[in-house]
Amino acid sequence: MAAVGLYNYWIVVFLMMAGFYIVIAHDNLVKKIVGLNIFQASVFVMYITFGKVQGGTAPIIADGVTTYSNPLPHVLILTAIVVGVATTALGLALVVRINEAYGTIEEDEIHDQDDDT
Amino acid sequence: MSLTVFGILRIRNLFAVVMLGSIFSLMAAAIFVILDAVDVAFTEASVGAGISTVLALGTIALTTDREKKPSHTKILPLIVVILTGAALIYGTLDLAHYGDPNAPAHRHVAPSYLKEGPEKTGIPNVVTSVLASYRGYDTLGEVTVIFTAGVGVILLLGNWRHIGRRREDEDA
Repeated sequence: MAAVGLYNYWIVVFLMMAGFYIVIAHDNLVKKIVGLNIFQASVFVMYITFGKVQGGTAPIIADGVTTYSNPLPHVLILTAIVVGVATTALGLALVVRINEAYGTIEEDEIHDQDDDT
Repeated sequence: MSLTVFGILRIRNLFAVVMLGSIFSLMAAAIFVILDAVDVAFTEASVGAGISTVLALGTIALTTDREKKPSHTKILPLIVVILTGAALIYGTLDLAHYGDPNAPAHRHVAPSYLKEGPEKTGIPNVVTSVLASYRGYDTLGEVTVIFTAGVGVILLLGNWRHIGRRREDEDA
């Protein structure tokens, strides 16, 4: 029973760690940002899982429905998604700027160029 | 979803990586629908699978779409990730089970929002009433964050940098 009840969280942990691994192990900056997005999405899935109530429906009040899922995690995650895309946009703009300055988006090559000067 | 992530891990063509990221977002949106979060699913599908992908494709167009072969071994990151993952799995054992109606999260303020929200705000969708009415200031702050990010992007990439440089050249 525990395995069924916690299955969603384990998927979340796997996705989170995959995103984390992309961020720390890859040198390419665009790929790092994609990794960050995966990490973010896994947190979203975790919060929405908290909000689910067995037998509930979407939290839109209607006649004849008594059980609703918890609306508060949904509100939090709506805000988080929008803030997330704002940070992604800023990160990608920084990548473009780094490419203009260094001519590369590989982190180790940037470090090499910094060491040379 | 896990398969898509494996693809993102392995493929070095960044165009394919970004497309897989978009598919990943779309699947996340489908999961949100299954978990009753329709508003979140809308946002994730439009913002996560839409705007993020367009932004990432624009970045690739301005830079390069090939990732170089990794130059060093990746044992240490793998160990760090596995250790963190194990700690998180251990942490999940104490969490409330999926869909449990008696979980602490559902017993505190959520019932009062569900009951009073439509009465006080006149909006049947509780997510909207909390977002726009009860937590209106947070949403205002969110707009500020987006505005700041937009200003940052313009400052980083805008045309005015070239104008400034030209003026320096003229002075010299």
